[in-house]
Amino acid sequence: MRQGRAIRQRPASGARSFARRLALAAAVVFTLADAAPAIAAQPPHRVVSMNVCTDQLAMLLAGEGQLYSVSYLASDPSASVLAGEAGRYVVNHGLAEEVFLMSPDLVIAGTYTTRTTVALLRRLGFRVEEFAPVNSFADIREHITRMGEILGRQEKAAELIAQMDAELAGLSAQPPSRKTVALYYANNYTSGAGTLVDETVKAAGLVNIADKLDLQGTNQLPLELLVLNNPDLIVTSEGEYAAPALAEQGYVHPAFKALTAGRKAVNVPAKYTICGAPFTLEAARIMRDAAQEGKAQ
Amino acid sequence: MSDTARYRLLLILLAAGAMILFVLSLTVGPAAIGFGDSIAALFDRKEAGPLALIMQEIRLPRAILGLMIGATLGLSGAVLQGYLRNPLAEPALLGISATASLGAVLAIYTGFSLVFPLGLPLAALAGAVVAVIVVQAMAGMRGGALTIILAGVALSSLAAAMTSLALNLSPNPFAALEIMFWMLGSLTDRSMTHVWLAAPFMVVGWAMLANVGRSLDTLTLGRDAAASMGVDLRRVQLLAVLGTAASVGAATAVAGAIGFVGLVVPHLLRPFVGARPSRLLPASALGGASVLLAADILVRVIAPGKDLKLGVLTAIVGAPFFLWLVYRTRRNLL
Repeated sequence: MRQGRAIRQRPASGARSFARRLALAAAVVFTLADAAPAIAAQPPHRVVSMNVCTDQLAMLLAGEGQLYSVSYLASDPSASVLAGEAGRYVVNHGLAEEVFLMSPDLVIAGTYTTRTTVALLRRLGFRVEEFAPVNSFADIREHITRMGEILGRQEKAAELIAQMDAELAGLSAQPPSRKTVALYYANNYTSGAGTLVDETVKAAGLVNIADKLDLQGTNQLPLELLVLNNPDLIVTSEGEYAAPALAEQGYVHPAFKALTAGRKAVNVPAKYTICGAPFTLEAARIMRDAAQEGKAQ
Repeated sequence: MSDTARYRLLLILLAAGAMILFVLSLTVGPAAIGFGDSIAALFDRKEAGPLALIMQEIRLPRAILGLMIGATLGLSGAVLQGYLRNPLAEPALLGISATASLGAVLAIYTGFSLVFPLGLPLAALAGAVVAVIVVQAMAGMRGGALTIILAGVALSSLAAAMTSLALNLSPNPFAALEIMFWMLGSLTDRSMTHVWLAAPFMVVGWAMLANVGRSLDTLTLGRDAAASMGVDLRRVQLLAVLGTAASVGAATAVAGAIGFVGLVVPHLLRPFVGARPSRLLPASALGGASVLLAADILVRVIAPGKDLKLGVLTAIVGAPFFLWLVYRTRRNLL
């Protein structure tokens, strides 16, 4: 998952050399005007988000008119759950020039992407808040709380967390089926211990094959090992891309087809697991339902 | 021991080596399966258990493709060196693999090969034909070794750049990562589908290449002498070009461009067969198969789970060898 995100956001960092030139020009022009807005007791009212995950958290929490712009990925239905709502905001591509002209009083970014843009915006005196990728439900709670504080929307944040916790409790109230599940993404990648997807699998009452194989983090699960371990359920994450790539050939390999023939394989769209948010629980529900259907057969 | 007997012994040894490596290739993989179990599962016809699935659908196609692609590279390297009378000739250095890669990339990433599966090997073949024709045209009638190699270098760079361009422009976010596969080659998780797609082209290519063996012997005397002795130079050219294009094109279409095997193997074996290209061809094919199978076993042993590309290993061995070869032949080149 993390890999997919890195690829998607590569275009954003492509403007590096341009950003550097802009930095030089800007350093000259703006040394006089100290653009740093006071870290206000007032909540920000013109917020720009440059990362698909912070985009969605901000969309969930921001008050009316508070969020000004979100990244172009926020409206990509394969990457963003809230793609439908993203159309209400101005689009940015994580470029310093673009964001500068929007003159925001707060910029929100991820810690993995648009690094040069963040550095430049800080030099120009903008207030930038960064969010690390999410690896657990605890991280999601922490991010929601922090985003709520930053936006001055603590009540809404508490509401969202309570709602998520209730849903999590609902999931764990059901007896765990203990069925084995293998996550099998493009290029044979899987999610093991220490990832949000692994926690999602556990929340669904299932056992992740990657834990048995001692695979940590996002790691490769060779097709041979997938076949050998013969899981009850295989979770794929096929994207709907406009063009094919070898990365997804694993899904048409005869061995994979034989393995999934007459057995449950379920596709969990990547948008639920790319970013950690309350909607990530939707992935747990898809997996749990698929495992239950498999039992009924 | 007579010359012929020695030659036969060499072929037997090479064939035995290739067979041993083929079996070894079948028994190496991330799933730790015992030797006996894996061989039993390979011939298990009744139940499709996980072991049988791994052996028959994952490891067998990989080993078969290793064998066939290695043979293709060794054989075409030997033919190109004999036909162009150039010690530095081989599919990768002449740009044939790179252009075949480009053809395959265009077929796959536009979605053409999904609609028409045979389009994949055919597009790679077309790419390979273009490369051979361009290199030959550049070399001209009196083309020296240097011209051919330089034309190959230019063609390789161009094809590699176009491949990168095509993959970077693809709307699929994974495509750009696959530049590595097309430039360095890999046999990871290939399937029987790939075998059936590539094998017919490779076999036809081999038949064409095997046919030029005798003529290559005569060609060692020089073009004019060979022509006066009744060698049909146009036929030799057609067979060498199409044979190389068909076999290397098909190999590249399913495994990417794998360098240096076609260069190193004929040179290593030439001292053992005397100066007769016709004898070098079968030896080179078997030697190429052994080298590629060994490389494919090593990528799995050295870096399990890292999906190391084949071209990395073949270049580590091949590139220093190439340098040494350039050093030795530089007087002829300059």
